Amino acid sequence: MKVIPGSQLKNTRAEARTFLLRAWTLFGIAVGISTILVGRLFQLQVLEYEFYETRSEHNRIEVQPVAAGRGLIFDRHGVLLAENRSVSSLEVVEERTTGVEETISAIRGLIEIKESEIEEFRRRLARKRRPYQSVPLKLKLREEEAAVIRVNGHLLPGVRVSSIAARYYPLGEVVSHAVGSVRRITVDDLNRLDRSQYAATRYVGRRGIEAFYEPVLHGDVGHRRVEVDVRGRVIRQLELSPPVKGGDLKLHLDSRLQILAYNALGDRRGAVVAIEPGSGGILAMVSRPSYNPNLFVSGMTVQEYRSLNNSRNLPLFNRAVQGQYAPGSTFKPIVGLAAVSKGVTSWDETIVDQGWFKLPGQQRIFRDWSWTPEDAGGQGIVDLRRAIYRSSNVYFYDLATRLKIDALSGFASQFGLGSDTALDVYEAVDGILPNREWKYGVRGEDWYTGDTVNMGIGQGYLLVTPLQLATVASVFATRGQWKHPRMLFSRDDPSLNSTQSPPPPISGPSQKDWELMIGAMEEVVHRGDRGIGGNGTAWSYIGRDIAYRMAGKSGTAQVVGINQDAQYDEAELDEYQRKHAWFIAFAPSDEPVIAIAVLVENGGGGSSVAAPIARKILDAYLLPKIASNR
Amino acid sequence: MKEYTRYLTNSLRLRREEPRSNNFHLDPMLLVPLLCIVGIGLAVLYSAVHQDLSILENQSVNLFLGFVAMTLAAWLHPRVYLRFAPVLYTIGLISLVAVFLFGTTVNGSQRWLDLPLLPRFQPSELMKVTVPLTVAWFLHDRALPPRTIEVGIALLVAVVPGILVILQPDLGTAILVVSSGSLVVLLSGVRWRLVLVGTLSVVPLIPAYWYFFMNEFQKKRVFTLFDPESDPLGAGWSIIQSTTALGSGGLLGKGLFEGTQSQLKFLPESHTDFIMAVIGEELGFMGVMTLIILYVLVLARGMYIAVQAGDTFGRLAAGGLTLTFFVHVVLNIAVVSGLLPVTGAPLPLVSFGGTSAIALLVGFGIVMSIHTHRGWR
Repeated sequence: MKVIPGSQLKNTRAEARTFLLRAWTLFGIAVGISTILVGRLFQLQVLEYEFYETRSEHNRIEVQPVAAGRGLIFDRHGVLLAENRSVSSLEVVEERTTGVEETISAIRGLIEIKESEIEEFRRRLARKRRPYQSVPLKLKLREEEAAVIRVNGHLLPGVRVSSIAARYYPLGEVVSHAVGSVRRITVDDLNRLDRSQYAATRYVGRRGIEAFYEPVLHGDVGHRRVEVDVRGRVIRQLELSPPVKGGDLKLHLDSRLQILAYNALGDRRGAVVAIEPGSGGILAMVSRPSYNPNLFVSGMTVQEYRSLNNSRNLPLFNRAVQGQYAPGSTFKPIVGLAAVSKGVTSWDETIVDQGWFKLPGQQRIFRDWSWTPEDAGGQGIVDLRRAIYRSSNVYFYDLATRLKIDALSGFASQFGLGSDTALDVYEAVDGILPNREWKYGVRGEDWYTGDTVNMGIGQGYLLVTPLQLATVASVFATRGQWKHPRMLFSRDDPSLNSTQSPPPPISGPSQKDWELMIGAMEEVVHRGDRGIGGNGTAWSYIGRDIAYRMAGKSGTAQVVGINQDAQYDEAELDEYQRKHAWFIAFAPSDEPVIAIAVLVENGGGGSSVAAPIARKILDAYLLPKIASNR
Repeated sequence: MKEYTRYLTNSLRLRREEPRSNNFHLDPMLLVPLLCIVGIGLAVLYSAVHQDLSILENQSVNLFLGFVAMTLAAWLHPRVYLRFAPVLYTIGLISLVAVFLFGTTVNGSQRWLDLPLLPRFQPSELMKVTVPLTVAWFLHDRALPPRTIEVGIALLVAVVPGILVILQPDLGTAILVVSSGSLVVLLSGVRWRLVLVGTLSVVPLIPAYWYFFMNEFQKKRVFTLFDPESDPLGAGWSIIQSTTALGSGGLLGKGLFEGTQSQLKFLPESHTDFIMAVIGEELGFMGVMTLIILYVLVLARGMYIAVQAGDTFGRLAAGGLTLTFFVHVVLNIAVVSGLLPVTGAPLPLVSFGGTSAIALLVGFGIVMSIHTHRGWR
């Protein structure tokens, strides 16, 4: 026993007893608390096991979309027009980087990145995008560049080299207006597309076949179940439901003819459309100037895009299906057929072409194309046949006036003018086939006879596309039995092939009328050696040494109005105000296999400028066939 | 189990166990459950660090050192602890001040001390052992139950280092340091009336602490305890991921190294404060129960030793050290299972951490010393 100053005596036994009580009380409390903890763990691990099990599966398992391979596009002979190639690009996921600036300078220490690429990257970065969506910094990495980035991957969080199947067009700008192009999917695209289908897709068809057959070419998205860690990195794949590859397309397009037509137009602005009359299949569709569709795949700089988009020559504009022009004299065979089938004229009736035409009681003078102040005499006595091969304006002024607008417009509509008859041409426009209602609706004016006079020679309000005129040529080639023009030859799944019924044949002209009209159109090309007033308008340009019979019609469409007494002088006019040159043709004329329309914008005379191009193309298409038949 | 029942009955009759001749002064009844805990702990730690051998080696070395230190501590006579308790306490306080002045900051907390010739250590962990010893020293030769003034001084011994630890900031350890002292005071037989008054006087301090000491993130942690979904990717992340890990383990667990929450790194701090969730996920409810039973065995044996001790210092020190250890366990499991806000308390002898493991094992060495040197007076 020990005595502490100022305190009680220590009672050891009592202390020990107190301690015992306290110790076991606290032990009891501790065991009680442990029981609560065990209860809690029992609740979590046994009672609520399924809830947390599901939750942990949600954490680790992610379902990722897998893009389907885009369908390939072939021409009619199996030549590849659009394929998929593996391309490596350097991409940055901003959310995973330690800082964009830091990342860019780190990358620049490894591989060369141009200022323009960084500028472009910043622009893309500023755009709206999905969270964690990667933004390309450098497109088309070379092998060794990709390797350098991969090796240093651990130093570059958020940076990755991704290899994707990118669209590639082997023929480039030659086929761009026919096949179209794809572009990177934008937020706007996603708003109209099925988001789940396009979850893994990088590109969407933007123009042409690529856009029209987007649902077929795209295929069906696949999914894979993967295990991911907390940073979203894929650890392993658990399950895969593979995507269904997009359907391959075979087009009517003949790439050899396409290349030829492209080259035949040369540097001129214009369009060529060639159609196989028997099927309506489009053999060639060229619009110049063109653009390189591969640029849209890899992406281009803003400057590049601006220069494409803002060029006065409009390389992105598909003249073949969207350009609307007055058909000029190429419209005359339709006027002629309308008139004979309505009994307004006959093949024997003649008129005198004195070089001008005037409506009774009116002052306005409509002149023939051949009119000059020195030679104002006109073409003399003309019947319908001569009016076609000499392209007499005065004859058709008179004929259209007698035929009247309702009959003319009604008849012309059977050829598909004023509407888009093509089955699968993307964004083809309707053109304008005017009539009384149209004029009242658009202009708020009545139809004047003067309007009919102009329309008789394919001028005035009438507007057509090269595709529509090629269709007209094709309808003539089949003598009125025609097919809707179309790009698609066949595709993998035959059940998907369109079974749209052909349009009704042209009603009115007899078989004889067709043959006589086609005969007159043959004269345009073949009637020669008869002096300037006796030859077909195109003969001197294309009619010599021709190995097959071709039926054609030239057209020279006015772009600006010329004063009543002024003479059209090419040299005086601005280039963009010169006349458009047209030529339509089909051959061989008795059993045509190809019909064509050629347009040269501001090219001048149809016979002198457009016809030689048409002949070149027809030669290229027909001469090998003729040679092999022999 | 039978053994233990017998011990418990014996102790209730206040019968003394005969001292055994044991050259190492180790107590097997305490040593075996500790070794089991450490064994399970190392296996789970290896899994939690994604089979990184270097971390496993590091921890193994620490634990080995811990057991060596425990043997030494058990070999030393309790008289030494009684004599040096105030010295150790003074050294501890000085090192806490040193931490405050020039400690090493890791993850925003200034807890570590890098001294020349010494490995980096956490003085606050040492205080968990030093404070109960010191309070026991202070009370050992006073008439018990202590008077109010003595209780106040005893509590001050615990609160002063507690405040220094809170400033680091390390709330979890501070709670343990303060409770280690308070537990000794409770064991000394302080009147329950005083306990009630003391507890009630602390209540107004809680809002004060809330407003003056807790930062926004800590407050958020408290809120997210009640509604983790309010900030699932921020303050609620840890609690969601740890309960998910525990719950998805089910009865038998996903298997060692197979826990998706831990292996795919959804579980934060999986090798330190949240290692219990790894055990729950990979070894299931059964694994967790096994570990808890081992901890309870340690607690029971420690308390038995305290009751068996023949003198006040031995009783208070052994009881205080054992209860502190168990509060440590409870605090950790309560946090991991989402019953308490995240405070940052490791799971004793299992979580990765050298100072903590060594300090705890030394603590048990002292408990063993008290037991194996009975009748020393």
